Amino acid sequence: MTQETLKPQEKAALIELLYQMGDDDFILSFRGSEWLGLAPHIEEDVAFSSISQDMMGHANLYYRLLEDLGEGEADRIAHLRTPDQFRNAIILEEVNGPGTYLKEPEYDWAFAVVRNYFYAVHKQIRLDSLRHSSYEPLAEAARKIMTEQYYHLMHWEVWFKQLMTSTDEAIGRMNAAVEKVWRDFGGVLTLGPSYADIVKANFIDDEAVMKKRWTNKFEAVLKEVGAAYPGEPRMERGNGRNGVHTDDLKQALSTLSEVYATNPATGW
Amino acid sequence: MSELKNNMTDTVMDALGDVKDPEIASVSILDLGMIHEVEVTDGKVKVSVLPTFSGCPALHIIERDIKKALETVAGIDSAEVNFVFTPSWTTDRITPEGRERLKEFGISPPPANHVMGEPWEIDCPYCGSTYVTMENIFGPTACRSILYCKSCKNPFEAMKPVADMG
Repeated sequence: MTQETLKPQEKAALIELLYQMGDDDFILSFRGSEWLGLAPHIEEDVAFSSISQDMMGHANLYYRLLEDLGEGEADRIAHLRTPDQFRNAIILEEVNGPGTYLKEPEYDWAFAVVRNYFYAVHKQIRLDSLRHSSYEPLAEAARKIMTEQYYHLMHWEVWFKQLMTSTDEAIGRMNAAVEKVWRDFGGVLTLGPSYADIVKANFIDDEAVMKKRWTNKFEAVLKEVGAAYPGEPRMERGNGRNGVHTDDLKQALSTLSEVYATNPATGW
Repeated sequence: MSELKNNMTDTVMDALGDVKDPEIASVSILDLGMIHEVEVTDGKVKVSVLPTFSGCPALHIIERDIKKALETVAGIDSAEVNFVFTPSWTTDRITPEGRERLKEFGISPPPANHVMGEPWEIDCPYCGSTYVTMENIFGPTACRSILYCKSCKNPFEAMKPVADMG
């Protein structure tokens, strides 16, 4: 399918899917960028900021596809929507920890590793499916993103497996982070209210199939590092795909759009 | 007529050879294999460019520099730049000359015919030694890694291999 051959119902479903994936990358990339200068060591600072930059590029690719579908300019999509218009999963908008990057950042590295690793595994599953998407521009974008995501997944997998098998303190903190992320990670694994139309048009595989791939992977990974499998990932604080969000998203958007919002008409 | 047209395309390609990667001053976008297609019609030129890394902040600068370079070519009135993703940019698109220029800049070129998921070898761009260590797969820009040469004791960078994943 191309832009010209989409039926109205298909187009609406595609737009929903693109917002979900663009917003997931966008908001997690922003949370990653807040770690700049605060990562555990200098090499990690270089790596994490590079990953965040790639991910912001991926969000931009999805927003450009939305632009082509008449949703307005990519920059405006990123900066001028209200929180209820965002479709990212709630766990991805959560603050990195107490404090801010400017004042007493008591950020939680275990949470960063767990959240990013869980997400990178899902993103890989999503991209594997998207490269066969019926919407050709989306399949092309997915093939591009995959070449970069490959290095991200490798990076977070190393951190996750090493810390999960490290000192008692590391293992304790990591398990607490796993428990925390598990409570809401179900929100990443859903395609939201338009899921039936999204799947019917063959834009991406069924959410149940992709979720199964993710849970199978984590049953194996957690077993490998000697941790218990916590059962079905949950969605305790609501479904971001429905526009349900926490105050953390409000805070993130007001910070990241602060400069742009001073004058949206100018070229930034 | 068609000969004239071909000459114009050659002139445009020459001009593109002068557009450098803003972050690697010795290498042109032509050497990096970023130019997919050039179409010249009645003084209008359309250039299809393959982005290297999707979050690369240099893309806007490259777009501007292409326009600037082409609009000074006699016979060209306007230039349009489009970023396209098919075919995918891969590090195998870098020309032999581009690979040499990367080394001059202290960046080891990527391995040829790399398959994602497989290990690769990197030689020191200064002394050619294979006795090197990977310090960080991520580097100062999206496309580079940081390494150290145990032979000549120089830190250096290498271009991350990128291959089509199908």
